[in-house]
Amino acid sequence: MSLAAVASPIAVVRPRTDEALLDNVTRAFVIAICFWGVVAFVAGVYIALQLAFPALNLGLEWTTFGRLRPVHTSAAIFAFGGNAMLGTSFHVVQRTCRARLFGGAPVAWFIFWGYQFFIVMAALSYVLGVTQSKEYAEPEWYLDLFLAVIWVTYLVAFMGSLIKRREPHIYVANWFYLAFIITVAMLHIVNNLSVPVSLAGAKSYTLFAGVQDAMTQWWYGHNAVGFFLTAGFLGMMYYFIPKAAGRPVYSYRLSIIHFWSLIFLYIWAGPHHLHYTALPDWAQTLGMVFSIMLWMPSWGGMINGVMTLSGAWDKLRTDPSLRFSVTAVGFYGMSTFEGPMMSVKQVNALSHYTDWTIGHVHSGALGWNALVTFGAVYFLVPVLWGKKALWSTRLASWHFWIATIGIVLYITAMWVSGIMQGLMWRAYDALGFLQYSFVETVEAMRPFYIIRALGGLCFLSGALLMVYNLWRTATSAEPEPQSAVPSGPAVAHAAQ
Amino acid sequence: MAFRHAVIERNSILLLVLTLLTVSIGGLVEIVPLFAVETTIERVAGVRPYAPLELMGRNIYIREGCYLCHSQQIRPLRDEVERYGHYSLAAESMYDHPFQWGSKRTGPDLARVGGKYSNEWHAAHMIDPRSVVPESIMPAYPFLDRPLDYALIADHLKANRAVGVPYTDEMVASARADLEAQSNPDADSTALLKRYPKAVVAAFDGNAARITEMDALIAYLQMLGTLVKFSDVKPDALRQ
Amino acid sequence: MSLIDLLPQARSLWTVWFFLVFLGVVTWTLWPGRRRELEARGRIPLDDDQPQGGGRHGR
Repeated sequence: MSLAAVASPIAVVRPRTDEALLDNVTRAFVIAICFWGVVAFVAGVYIALQLAFPALNLGLEWTTFGRLRPVHTSAAIFAFGGNAMLGTSFHVVQRTCRARLFGGAPVAWFIFWGYQFFIVMAALSYVLGVTQSKEYAEPEWYLDLFLAVIWVTYLVAFMGSLIKRREPHIYVANWFYLAFIITVAMLHIVNNLSVPVSLAGAKSYTLFAGVQDAMTQWWYGHNAVGFFLTAGFLGMMYYFIPKAAGRPVYSYRLSIIHFWSLIFLYIWAGPHHLHYTALPDWAQTLGMVFSIMLWMPSWGGMINGVMTLSGAWDKLRTDPSLRFSVTAVGFYGMSTFEGPMMSVKQVNALSHYTDWTIGHVHSGALGWNALVTFGAVYFLVPVLWGKKALWSTRLASWHFWIATIGIVLYITAMWVSGIMQGLMWRAYDALGFLQYSFVETVEAMRPFYIIRALGGLCFLSGALLMVYNLWRTATSAEPEPQSAVPSGPAVAHAAQ
Repeated sequence: MAFRHAVIERNSILLLVLTLLTVSIGGLVEIVPLFAVETTIERVAGVRPYAPLELMGRNIYIREGCYLCHSQQIRPLRDEVERYGHYSLAAESMYDHPFQWGSKRTGPDLARVGGKYSNEWHAAHMIDPRSVVPESIMPAYPFLDRPLDYALIADHLKANRAVGVPYTDEMVASARADLEAQSNPDADSTALLKRYPKAVVAAFDGNAARITEMDALIAYLQMLGTLVKFSDVKPDALRQ
Repeated sequence: MSLIDLLPQARSLWTVWFFLVFLGVVTWTLWPGRRRELEARGRIPLDDDQPQGGGRHGR
């Protein structure tokens, strides 16, 4: 298929960028992505092992599962994912708008260091037991205020760049980034409304109580998934896949429909986290209906991403960045099918409170968010450090397979343990008594917790290979000569 | 068609406003109606604000991240009601800032754990879970055996009042005395029980001489799910 | 009549309204006359005049 067939028949003369783009800060973000990624994976493996070997809690207050779990989730979502969003959005908005980032270096560095400071302070506070106990919104009021300042600055920098752009149209990736920034601002502010006990102390009490608090929290929590881990990352997909494939997105028109239906539907889905709770039934039903409808835009987006490669499938074999991004989109398709299914009340009755949910989250977080970020980073490092190619395509290939095996181990272990535990809880013996005590179901989970930790260890090892590869790419004077046909068993598999 | 999408696309402010509008609707329609208490909270008697010692125990529960492994929300499913007790009501968490329903049961649900185990069992379990439940994977919390810091207890009640919990001036004024009375079985607890009916008074950690974090946490656990007397509740009162 | 009594009606109206808006977005986007113009925008990231991006795909 020739490029002309997919290229626009309208000749467009793109305006030129006459200012130097701000790439220093994007480089810093790439380093932060690698650093926090490893931290998040290490923390994840450690707390996974704690569930199999409780002695690893060490009997110290700072190292219990309860205090380290928020460190893991925040490092994964906000440190690793957040730096990926901030960094790639700066890269993408400047290039697709053909304009230097609004506010220039001072604003960009303020956002960078402000955000890193927030992450470090949040992690410290969790270890010390300072938390408001709202999942994925654990930081207390003083850190929430600080983050709000950083976030508004980010919004201004991003919007300012859109306003001063030299390209007549706003590319669709920027729509997704903008929706991510503005929605996260709204969610963050509303969900964290609280009254501090004293201005000198960390403790506060949330403004809402009970049912209202639960609904607000899961409206936040689910849309942290929807806008932080989906909309923002879709912005990444809409830039890096076309870029690496060297062809425009499969259907730009589909991307418009994708955008509006996704942002409208996602925001309603929160109540599926509260099925069969004291939340009124009408809200649960609403959450379930919208969650099922979400399946359509999700798959529309997945098709759009994957089909961008139509006519260029061979690049999957040679381009590690594309292989990661496209596999990520595949996992996205899988978890956005699983999600709506789990939001059906009857399925949820079994899956809720079990490891199935944990498995589902990780098929999204590892399979979609992390892999698409790896894809973007493998693309960005040679571009940002002015190298012709990655130091080693072969090592990236190893990373790909180790990470994929890790994800598969993780998800399957959690499927089995989750469904098994759900069934054991509801099992009755012949005399009509509950068949298992709770602790028997805990015991039954142990082998799967060990397999899950192994999966996590694979994923971590892959990430370490990536960090080494990227470091060599950035620091080597000349890239290793690339053979015309990359060898190795892993590459042969990828040809499918 | 007079409407041109290019207008939205070219005008970034419009894109921002339309996006904000689109994402606001879901939240408004789902959250705002919940504040109509008459259709959300069941009409049952007995739910009261937390006694000062229980409130401090709840804060320790939050601090240690107990909610990450223990839910406090029993679903109306046959096996859960049989295992844990009556399904949870919205009314039972109406003074919970923040809510502690949880999302995962690595350990069992605690919504009605109050009164199911002795104080001694809880203390031993917290110090070394595997000494009482050999298969348990819960972390040990031996460090809870340290003095409770309750210097700001009145401020905690005031902050709760600011977000809508009906603590009276009298409750705020006697917060400190109430806290101390609840952890000392020899003290006069008449006033405490008048303000906070059904509060459990005991030397929870086995030592009445000092008030520890363990005292507070066990006081909280022992009141969970005990306030509503379900034998007195008529089915109609449970309608939301 | 309080606001709460209006809720069921408001809720179904929202559904209808948003279904119509959605149909509008779909119709507008897929209108045949707009195809060329819209698809041309997919090329925005590819027509990058930053020199760093260029050399990478040669291998």
